[in-house]
Amino acid sequence: MDLIDILLSASFWTAAIRIASPLIFATLGELICERAGVLNLGIEGIMVAGAFAGWMGAYSGLGLWGGVCVAMAVGMMFGLIHSLLTVPFGLSQHVVGLGVTLLATSMTYYAYRLALPEVTSPPKIDAFQPFEIPLLSDIPLIGPALFSQTPLTYLAFTLVGVVWVVLYRTPLGLALRAAGENPAAVAAQGLSVTGIRMGAVIIGSGLMAVGGAFLTMSAFDSFFFEMVNGRGWICIALVVFGAWKPGKALLGAILFAAFDALQIRIQQSPLGADIPYQVFLMMPYFLSILALIVMSRRAEVPAALMVPFNKGER
Amino acid sequence: MRLEPIANPTVARSTLLPTAAIATTVVIASLLAMVAGANPFLVLGEIIKGAAGSKFALLETLNRATPLIFTGLAVAVAFRAKLWNIGAEAQLYAGALVTVVLGTGALGLPSWMLLPTLAVLAMLAGAVVLLIPALLKVRFGVDEVVTTLLFNFIFLLFISMLLEGPLKDPMGMGWPKSARLIPEARLPRIFDGLRLHWGFGLALIAACVVWVIERRTTLGYEMRAVGLNREAAQFAGIPVNAVLIKTALLSGGLAALAGFSEASGLKGNLTLDLSPGFGYTGIIVAMLALLNPLAVVAAALFVAGIFVGADSMSRAVGVPTYLADIMLATALLLMVLAIMLTRFRIVRE
Repeated sequence: MDLIDILLSASFWTAAIRIASPLIFATLGELICERAGVLNLGIEGIMVAGAFAGWMGAYSGLGLWGGVCVAMAVGMMFGLIHSLLTVPFGLSQHVVGLGVTLLATSMTYYAYRLALPEVTSPPKIDAFQPFEIPLLSDIPLIGPALFSQTPLTYLAFTLVGVVWVVLYRTPLGLALRAAGENPAAVAAQGLSVTGIRMGAVIIGSGLMAVGGAFLTMSAFDSFFFEMVNGRGWICIALVVFGAWKPGKALLGAILFAAFDALQIRIQQSPLGADIPYQVFLMMPYFLSILALIVMSRRAEVPAALMVPFNKGER
Repeated sequence: MRLEPIANPTVARSTLLPTAAIATTVVIASLLAMVAGANPFLVLGEIIKGAAGSKFALLETLNRATPLIFTGLAVAVAFRAKLWNIGAEAQLYAGALVTVVLGTGALGLPSWMLLPTLAVLAMLAGAVVLLIPALLKVRFGVDEVVTTLLFNFIFLLFISMLLEGPLKDPMGMGWPKSARLIPEARLPRIFDGLRLHWGFGLALIAACVVWVIERRTTLGYEMRAVGLNREAAQFAGIPVNAVLIKTALLSGGLAALAGFSEASGLKGNLTLDLSPGFGYTGIIVAMLALLNPLAVVAAALFVAGIFVGADSMSRAVGVPTYLADIMLATALLLMVLAIMLTRFRIVRE
């Protein structure tokens, strides 16, 4: 059967890991925000801004890693706007998040039009190339899938470990998780809930932007409108699917990406010839909704998610 | 710093702060226009001229405001009950879909029967589209923000599939668009010779009806109670889940009317660019109107004016039209901040 062949082919898993990489960055970013108690619906727009900023940075001669830093900085700037409005001022996280998405998206498109007036097709950059890790990349199946990726993918996987260690093995992580569960207790310890939450949103937004930059600097080599195409919203579903835990979120992102890679292959196979291509494109969104329904039974939501904290208020 | 409620905000405070929000938006837009190398006064002047400078411009603004009134009402109703319907875009297309499926000859009724039938069935379709996320919310506790957002993508792909398949116009030269509505299914113009259709009239009526529902009926009272404090509403014996479902049906139906009105009043067929994000813009309209149904009309006119004005400004001065979207996002964020600051003061520790 074709399906087995696909699932056992190295190119399939290479594609799956590649598709998963931007989702890993952005899902980790959203997870950090939500663990501190802030829902960040700015994610979709911040990914758009990151995709453009990273690509533009590299295109203007800052180098690929320079571009990634620009993307991160732009993401953090939008994170600052989001966190200023939602944390000390306690405004609706839904409204501010959607506002930030709109602001980031429209500013990106505005900047694109100003930077490249009257171009028919956007210029290409020399994107990140796959880097084969010696020895490890020779392992059958796993080698090409995990160890012949671009440096940004390695960074994504490394960050999962880093975020896990920080969240569960450091005082900072404890304070961050407590800010999302019981902010009054954090304040009673003499720590600033506002500071922790704002920091989490700013760092998390930076990661979302790097996720966007992966699209223009590693997966592709150019910037297109609509290229993020709902990935941000999917990452919000992945955080829920991963029960707000970095390891499970990684697993969710890979599962999701494998499914996405699979639908592309079925679409191209004789099996997919009779089915409208839109059906395949719908699948990732349906899968996200399904994941939300399945996972909703075990609610492990941070207790103070979306609850503003105002010191002195009882 | 912390926030301290103000018992009785002064008139100066509650007028100056929102004014400052709008003024700051204008300043930011001017700065961005200067970044683009244009004279900010010229840019702002062209936007105002393009939105309301002539009879043609004004009619264009009214036409553009029409779908925004519907989606703005849809969002306002839902947000009032803290039902986060971000899916007005999908519900809009559901309404347009029903309109073209039944209005291209399938129902051979006279106009006075066909138009109300189409409107009601369109509303039903929109209601059903929002019913699914609403049921998932009350039954499984699935967050409706993400589901309604994802449904937008699914529904647009579904429309695309139909427009390239069963609904494709054989006379459409290969373009993915539906056949044209029969004349009986077209909303007439309000004034002879002026490009303004009765969709606008319907939108005004809808705003009044929603206002009456919200302020003068038990359902409206329950919706507001659920939105203010869900636990307290439950404790007071209000059937919270039933209220949320009813709210969803009303909200989805209103958003679908935008699709009906655009297809039947303006375009006459269904294409994938029927709505350039009216569903999402409805959120801005509703927030600027502070979720008040009557203020939605004013907010929709303001937002439509900015869009229409920016289009014509862009043609005249060459500054990208995305300036309009930036202005609206900035206005939205600053306005929610300003409204909050009218009710709270910042206290330094």
